[in-house]
Amino acid sequence: MLYIPGNNPAMIQQGGVYGADSILLDLEDAVALNQKDAARVLVRNMIKSVNFYDAEVCVRINHLSTPFGLADLEEIVPLQPSAIRYPKTESPEEVAELLKIIERIEDKHRLPHNKMTLHAMIETAMGVQNVFNIASMFSRVDAITIGGQDLTADMNIIYTPDGVGIDFARKRIVMAAKASHIDVIDTIFPDVNDEEGLRRETEYAKKIGFTGKAVINPRQIDIIHDVFTPTDEEIRKAYHIVKEFQTNTAAGIGVFAIDGKMVDAPVVARAEYILKLANVTVA
Amino acid sequence: MLNSLGREIPEYIEGIGKLEPFQGALMKLGKGWMDEPTIPAPNRAYLPHQSKLCKTLEEAIIRSNPQNGMTVSFHHHLRNGDFLLVQTLTILHNMGIREITLASSSLNECHDPILPYLIDGTVTRIFSSGIRNQLGRAIALGVLETPVVIHSHGGRVRSIHTGKIRIDLAIISASAADCEGNATGSHGKSAFGSIGYAVIDARYAKEVIVVTDNLVDYPCIPLSISQNFIDHVVVVDSIGDASKIATGTTRITKSPMDLRIAKLAADVIEQSGFFVPGFSFQVGAGGASLAVAKFIREKMRNKSIRGSFMLGGITSYCVDMLNDGLFETIFDVQSFDAVVSNSLLNNRRHIEIPAALYANPFNCGCITNKIDVVVLGALEIDVDFNVNVITGSEGYIRGASGGHSDTASGAKLTVVVCPSFRGRIPIIKKRVHTVVTPGETVHVLVTERGICVNPAFKELEENLRRAGLNLKDIHDLEVEVDKITGIPGPLEYTDKIVGIVEYRDGTIIDVIHQLKEK
Amino acid sequence: MKPKIAAQSGTFESSDVIFLIEPMADNSGRKLEISSTVMQQFGESFHNIVTEMLDSYNLTDIHLIAKDKGALEPTIKARLETAIKRSMDQQEGTLK
Repeated sequence: MLYIPGNNPAMIQQGGVYGADSILLDLEDAVALNQKDAARVLVRNMIKSVNFYDAEVCVRINHLSTPFGLADLEEIVPLQPSAIRYPKTESPEEVAELLKIIERIEDKHRLPHNKMTLHAMIETAMGVQNVFNIASMFSRVDAITIGGQDLTADMNIIYTPDGVGIDFARKRIVMAAKASHIDVIDTIFPDVNDEEGLRRETEYAKKIGFTGKAVINPRQIDIIHDVFTPTDEEIRKAYHIVKEFQTNTAAGIGVFAIDGKMVDAPVVARAEYILKLANVTVA
Repeated sequence: MLNSLGREIPEYIEGIGKLEPFQGALMKLGKGWMDEPTIPAPNRAYLPHQSKLCKTLEEAIIRSNPQNGMTVSFHHHLRNGDFLLVQTLTILHNMGIREITLASSSLNECHDPILPYLIDGTVTRIFSSGIRNQLGRAIALGVLETPVVIHSHGGRVRSIHTGKIRIDLAIISASAADCEGNATGSHGKSAFGSIGYAVIDARYAKEVIVVTDNLVDYPCIPLSISQNFIDHVVVVDSIGDASKIATGTTRITKSPMDLRIAKLAADVIEQSGFFVPGFSFQVGAGGASLAVAKFIREKMRNKSIRGSFMLGGITSYCVDMLNDGLFETIFDVQSFDAVVSNSLLNNRRHIEIPAALYANPFNCGCITNKIDVVVLGALEIDVDFNVNVITGSEGYIRGASGGHSDTASGAKLTVVVCPSFRGRIPIIKKRVHTVVTPGETVHVLVTERGICVNPAFKELEENLRRAGLNLKDIHDLEVEVDKITGIPGPLEYTDKIVGIVEYRDGTIIDVIHQLKEK
Repeated sequence: MKPKIAAQSGTFESSDVIFLIEPMADNSGRKLEISSTVMQQFGESFHNIVTEMLDSYNLTDIHLIAKDKGALEPTIKARLETAIKRSMDQQEGTLK
């Protein structure tokens, strides 16, 4: 998930070539307060004409409490990008309000209500406390993300590379997403030159359940793919498990063992998930 | 007459002579010999204990007896930091010498000050592998009556052997030399590493002046240039601007675009079938080309693959790979940074080679013939994979043939890396403005928007396809890029020819017409 | 029509273009000063984009300066639209 500043034509026009799964055109923090109008028009024109290849296109708008949020929606909703990303989401009421406005604009343009989805960004202590309701109450919210920089600021703590300060928030947000069966994306890693640090943090994010990670520089994409893509060894094992499971099920056996380790339903589900990520079908 | 790429080549050009059209990369070489006779190198005699030392460059030039119509040669190992070419031509100009043929192995921005000498008739003909900046612009606009000749590094050696370039005076700058003219670029305050391009000049020029800013006690070793070919030795304060000759180490680009292209190119190399133990490798010195080395280095480590040799323009990055034990040897014809000079001087596996051994097609085998994988850049490439590295999108001459066509013709896998467009100008064309390297010697193009395999190489295409790489037909990519940028309006040219581009075997692969400025 | 105020949009970055717009006296016509790093190849197309958009906003008396560094068409149009809206004092949702 690649963040691209919404007022930077050079970066937007190349956004699709880096192999990111998703392009995030940012009208919020990456745009100066006196260039919000320019960025909005630029992003609108670019979405209409630039080929982003296989990447889905999302737009991060400004919060509705700012003078910019509504104008962003008026300009962007008619384009129906894959998703709108909403910053500093704090409560389900806020999401309901946002969806009402989006639907009003969609109605005006005779657009369906179920195509474009919503990503809620959790970036405040209040947002963390309300995250389960935000994640679970709306069918259009199909991903939540954590914004590490804003969250540390809101908590009045200093951001540290080990992420200790936001560790609880990370895990709580992951759990809310898992309980709601939606995606959950980890925050950006700010030091573009620290490849080792990025790898460590991404491995941690994967371990605790995140399904992806946001990046601020295309150079970070390969490492994240590398971490999240199952290794050949993992794929081989998963394939073996699913294959054995199919054979055993056919023979009416529920639980069995591979290399002395018990294989039951959750193990099979996990293996199936790995094969899905790797685009492998069991023949 | 048309050459085999469909380019119109005149049969004869005043001041150049008869032209032979390009007929295919290996057509002439296939015979096994060169039809053109080789001219003998001059012989001189020297008595014991004479002094070759001259007080000034001017004195040395006067001693070499300059004449109207003479040919003066230079090497370009000091790149954009060279002082001597401009100084020499200024001295000749002040002596009233006219109609000089300038035969520098390449020309850089720092040579712009000679432009007045092109205008006033001091210099009337140019042979070079590269021309840039103001000179490139002026030549494209027709400042010279006789077209310039663009040659490859290997082709230059051939042209000197055949007498197409007959050097009357060679100026060889060296960062260290002794009183007899033994000289090297591998040490001294202005060290520039290999002096490989100048070796043929020393052998063939009627008069040879070694110029140094670092006269060392006899003997100066290593004998990169040896005294038996040197007539005069001059000591000057400085042969060039050290900060522009060679700086510290070469850094890998941070441009996400270049890194993306490099990553894709490295994937192509890995899956090509040529990424095997003992493979040989050449990359360029900058941008995406050098960055390919970064990814190849990782892949070599991960797969425990050890290569044979690295060739060509050498950067500190190549030296690191040698020191890591990833390659056995470096063959160095041109060094790009200070670290390289040091390695060249001290590491016996880092070997200085002359241009003839590097790339001359007419001998018993230059080292480019042994290259497995080469990564090259492009100013433009067309749907037939012909590459332009000499004329820019605005029609000026602003690049260099260099070793591009030499290495492409020798390599088992020639990978061209470039962005699909630069500053709104599409790089992939229906037809490049000027062909330097023929498409038959280019195997694959790697851009940020896709990988295009030359359809002549079916097995390669199959290997890459099986590995799941994103392959596109080059025609489709050309259309795709045009859609992004819009189709640029055409440049306008006159009938006058301002440059001819020699293929490495001496045949003419293309000509450059005079640009009409809008 | 003519712009109300002088306005500017865009940046000097590569692949971007900067527009400066100034009002002119009534019936003085359009004064366009376009410079571009790709003038030779795209000068005409650039000029056409500008003219068409000024027509669509009915701007007849205007001084426009453009400095282009190879912006693609959607960028040129976005920057010009922003400059025009700013010059007519119609910007929405931004700090000035």
